[in-house]
Amino acid sequence: MNAFNSQIKRDYSLVGPNNQRAVELGLASAEWYHSEVPRKVMKSLMKRSDAQADQDTLLWFLLLIFTGSSVIALWGSWWAVPFLLGYGVLYGTVCDSRWHECGHGTAFRTGWKNDAVYHIASFMVMRNPISWRWSHARHHTDTIIVGRDPEIALMRPPTLILVALKFIGLPDIIYDLRALARNSLGIVSEAEQDYIPEAERAKAVFWARIHMGIYATAILMALVSWSILPLLLIGGPRIYGCWHLVMMGLLQHGGLAEDVLDHRLNSRTVYINPASRWLYWNMNYHVEHHMFPMVPYHALPRLHALIKHDLPAPNASIAEAYGDLIYALARQTREAEYTLPRALPPTARPYREEFHAIDGIPSRGADA
Amino acid sequence: MSAWVDVCDVEDIDLEDVIRFDHGDRTFAVYRTSDGEVFATDGLCTHEKVHLADGLVMDDTIECPKHNGRFNYQTGAALRAPVCEALATYPARLKDGRIEIEIG
Repeated sequence: MNAFNSQIKRDYSLVGPNNQRAVELGLASAEWYHSEVPRKVMKSLMKRSDAQADQDTLLWFLLLIFTGSSVIALWGSWWAVPFLLGYGVLYGTVCDSRWHECGHGTAFRTGWKNDAVYHIASFMVMRNPISWRWSHARHHTDTIIVGRDPEIALMRPPTLILVALKFIGLPDIIYDLRALARNSLGIVSEAEQDYIPEAERAKAVFWARIHMGIYATAILMALVSWSILPLLLIGGPRIYGCWHLVMMGLLQHGGLAEDVLDHRLNSRTVYINPASRWLYWNMNYHVEHHMFPMVPYHALPRLHALIKHDLPAPNASIAEAYGDLIYALARQTREAEYTLPRALPPTARPYREEFHAIDGIPSRGADA
Repeated sequence: MSAWVDVCDVEDIDLEDVIRFDHGDRTFAVYRTSDGEVFATDGLCTHEKVHLADGLVMDDTIECPKHNGRFNYQTGAALRAPVCEALATYPARLKDGRIEIEIG
């Protein structure tokens, strides 16, 4: 029986029947395709260093201080607006890539630096640092496996208005704040229990309380000063400054295949401008990141150059990638089973055909 | 009953590196430190059964290639989430230019 019906929304829940279905089909904790990279070369790519991340992090903090203090100094004047917009992106967008890389522990060689930046960025991006560490581990184990991956951003069929709202942080921050509030009360949901080990749940509750305490303080400051400024500086950027985070985040897997065991089919690499690469810490090389998550962000362009012969052609720009994504989303509103096909160059090793139409799901897209 | 098993020539493992060693139906990770000492652990990460020999050796730690969890490969201690469970370790020695590990 075909588990997918274009008239019915797929069940992406981690506590629904698709979890067990993925396990039974061998899609959970499975072996994934990897391009060949000689061990000596991989060792040089994996090599850790503090230098690049020290420099990037220092610059990030200095820019946050400069733009944030400019907003405070110019508050009440229109001159504050450009600084606010800059601060918003530095806070509400950059936090995501720093959260991500430091969560992997690859940004810095020094462990405490990864941990410190991870916790700061987790607060800024409104994610429980414990829950999301485990959620992201599951995302790497079961990337875009329905019923298993808790981080599938675009579900089929898409609701386009909800996709558009993501660019102002909605409804994501509502879910994230609700999760933080729930965790702070000592409650870990059934879905969270699916990927957070029991021994880690008390830590999730502890950090949720810290985050909620800071937000409560910001709200109190806003009330006492009768000004929205504290909330524009703390928490608010997750609304007005997250557009770049969302713009890049939706491209990671959006419109691509589900339930396949080859990152070349379900992840997207996009060539982007240098400023966006700095904001995003090179996660535009997303196929490469998923295949080899131990390669630090600063080595991903080198990894890409080494294995691009084995990968689908990257999108040449953000605009081109959005052309593909918008086409796929629009088509999925009528034909929910549609996904974008990914053609491999002749130099690539072939896809494992046995994983492309599991249980009748047309994972590669029915046509071009 | 445990026995010493021949693994490889010492030069087959670079300094500060690891190789995979399969013996019967078991798999091990065999390490060489930057100053030439040798160690052995179970070959699979205790978190998701990924071969550690594809990971990164840094000082006395091995980082899993899939989720970046870390172990001290000399003691087996779990050092960084998502690994929580320690790794089994095995005695290892150098004998006439060969690496041997003791397994039961």
